[in-house]
Amino acid sequence: MFSVDLIFEAVLFGILLGCFYAAVSLGLSVAFGLLDVPYVAHPALLILGSYFTFVLSQTGIDPIVCGVLLMPIFFLIGIGFYRFYYETFEKRSSDTGVRGLAFFFGMSFIIEVCLILVFGVDQRTVVASYIGSSLEIGDYRFPYRMLVAFGIALALTVALTLYFSKTFNGRAIKAVGQDEGALRLMGANPVKIKQLAFGIATAVNALAGAMLIIVGPVEPAMDRIYIGRTFCVVVLAGLGSMSGTLVAGLVLGIAESIVMMTFGASWAPAVSFGLLLLMLGVRPQGLFGR
Amino acid sequence: MKYAAYCALILLGFLGLSSLGGINEYVFFAGFVILQFVILATAWNILGGYAGYVNFGVPAFIAVGAYTAVVLFKSMSAPLLVQILGGGILAGALGLGVGLLTLKLRGIFFSIATVAVVFILETVVNNWRYVGGATGLQLTRPQDLWFFDSYTRMLFFVMAVLAVLSVTIARYIQDSFLGRGLRAVRDSEEAAECSGVPTLKIKLIACTISGALMGIAGAPMPMYLSYIEPTSTFNLSYSISALGMPIIGGTSHWIGPVIGALLLATLQQIVTVTVSNELNVLVVGVLLVLFVVIAPDGILGLIKKWKQSSK
Repeated sequence: MFSVDLIFEAVLFGILLGCFYAAVSLGLSVAFGLLDVPYVAHPALLILGSYFTFVLSQTGIDPIVCGVLLMPIFFLIGIGFYRFYYETFEKRSSDTGVRGLAFFFGMSFIIEVCLILVFGVDQRTVVASYIGSSLEIGDYRFPYRMLVAFGIALALTVALTLYFSKTFNGRAIKAVGQDEGALRLMGANPVKIKQLAFGIATAVNALAGAMLIIVGPVEPAMDRIYIGRTFCVVVLAGLGSMSGTLVAGLVLGIAESIVMMTFGASWAPAVSFGLLLLMLGVRPQGLFGR
Repeated sequence: MKYAAYCALILLGFLGLSSLGGINEYVFFAGFVILQFVILATAWNILGGYAGYVNFGVPAFIAVGAYTAVVLFKSMSAPLLVQILGGGILAGALGLGVGLLTLKLRGIFFSIATVAVVFILETVVNNWRYVGGATGLQLTRPQDLWFFDSYTRMLFFVMAVLAVLSVTIARYIQDSFLGRGLRAVRDSEEAAECSGVPTLKIKLIACTISGALMGIAGAPMPMYLSYIEPTSTFNLSYSISALGMPIIGGTSHWIGPVIGALLLATLQQIVTVTVSNELNVLVVGVLLVLFVVIAPDGILGLIKKWKQSSK
C-alpha cells in the first residue's frame, strides 16, 4: 500500500494541487495578511467567481478568458467592499473586531444563499478542450485541467510577487500594512492604497474562481471548506508573505494528497483545518513570519 | 429575588403549556428549536458579546453535545438528564481546549480556529462507524415520559428549564467579577492586563462556560429528531444564527440575546414553514449585516436611543 511509486504520484499530484491552493489564497494573503482586514468573505467571493465564470462560459468563451474578463468587475467589487468597510467600521473605529467579522461572515452567507437560490444546490462544471483528457508520461497521468490550473497559478503568484516588490503601488501596499502613519507622512493616501490592494485581492479571486471550476465541479456551499484551505495557506505562509504563500500552498497540497491516498478522500477536509489548528497552536507567526 | 420569581413564573407557564391538551404538537416541535436558540445566543454572548471574541464554531459544540448524548444512550441507554450533563461537560472541555490553543492570539485567529474545529470533528464523525458515520443513526426514544402526554412536550419543557438556567448563568456572569473583567478585555486587552485583570484566565472560563451551554443545547437533539446525522448537525448555519441573534438583540445586556433569539428564531420558523429553508439563513444574514452597519448596539440600543429622544 505504501509503495514508493504511489507516494511519488501523491507528491506530484500534491504539487499541482498546492500551486492551485496558493493561487486561490493570494487574495486573502493581501487582504488579511498584509492589511489585517478579517476578510472571511474571501472564499465566498471565490465561489462567486466560479459561478460567474460558469455563466459567462455558457456563451462559448473559454473559462480562463472568462476569468480574465471578470477581473475588472471583481476589482470594483473589492474596492466597494473596502470602501464600505472603511466608512462603516475603520473610520469610526468602534469595536471593529466583532462587527467587522460579523459583517464579512454575514456577507459570505448572503452570497452563498443567493447562489443557492439562483443556481440550486447542484454541482456545476464548465466545458473546455483541456478538461477531461490527461497528459501521459510513462506510467504517470496528469490531467490537463490540473496542468492548466498549475500554469495559471504559478503565473499569478510570480506576477503578484513582482508587483509587490517592484512597482510603486505594490510597495506602498506592503508599506501600508506595516505603518499607516509613516505612509501618510510620505505623501501617499493610505485609504486609497488599501482600496487598491483590496481591488487586486478580489480581482485575483475572479481568475482563481475560474481555475476552481476548471479543476472540478463547484457547488455553492464549497466556500466553507475553502475557509480552511485559504486561511491555512495564509497562516502557514506567515501573514503577508507572497513567496511564502506558494510554499505553504505546496505543503498543504502535498499533505492533502498523501492523506487522500493513504486514508481515503473522506479524511481530506480535516487536513487543511488540522494543519491550521496545529500552526495556530505551535507557530502562529507562520513558516516565514515576520 | 424579583428575578427568581419571574423565572419561577415563566417555568410554571411553560409547564402549564406543555401539559395542556388540545394544542397542536407542532407548537412544541417549533418551540423546542426557538428555546434552543435562546440558549445558543445566550451562550455565544458570554464570550462574543462580553469579551468580543467571535465564535464561528457553534455547530462543533452543539455536535459534541449531541454525539456525546448518542454515545451515552447507545452504550448504556443513559437517561436524558445524564446525556445532557455529559454533553455539557465534554463541550465545555472542548471550549477549554480551543481556548487554550488560541485565546492568547488575536480575536480573528480564535474565530478561524473554531471553524477549523467544526470541520475536523465533522470529518471524524463521518468516519466513525459507531455513531452511524456519514449516513447517520436512527434512535428509538425510550418510553419514559415523566408525566407528559408526549416525548416532544417533555423535551420542550426540558429545553425551557435549560434556557432559563442559561439565561440565569449569563445574568450572574454579567454583574460578577468575570463579566466586568470580560468587558475590560473587550474595550482594551492591554489596559485590562495592566490593571491586574487575569485576562487569559477569565477568557478561558468564559469560553468553557459558553461551550458547555452550547453542548447542553445540542444534547437533547438526537432524542428530539430520533435521528442523528453529521451534515445537518455540523451545519455552519447555526453559527450565523447564534452570532446574529445576540448582535441583533444587543450584546451589552443578558436580555439582548434572549430578545434577538425569540424574535429571529420565531421568524425563522415561520419562514421555513411558509417559504424555504435557504431563505431563513438569508433572513438572518441580511438582518445581521443591516444591524451591524446601521444599529451596532442592536434592538437594545435602538430602545435606549428612542427613550432618550422622547424625554
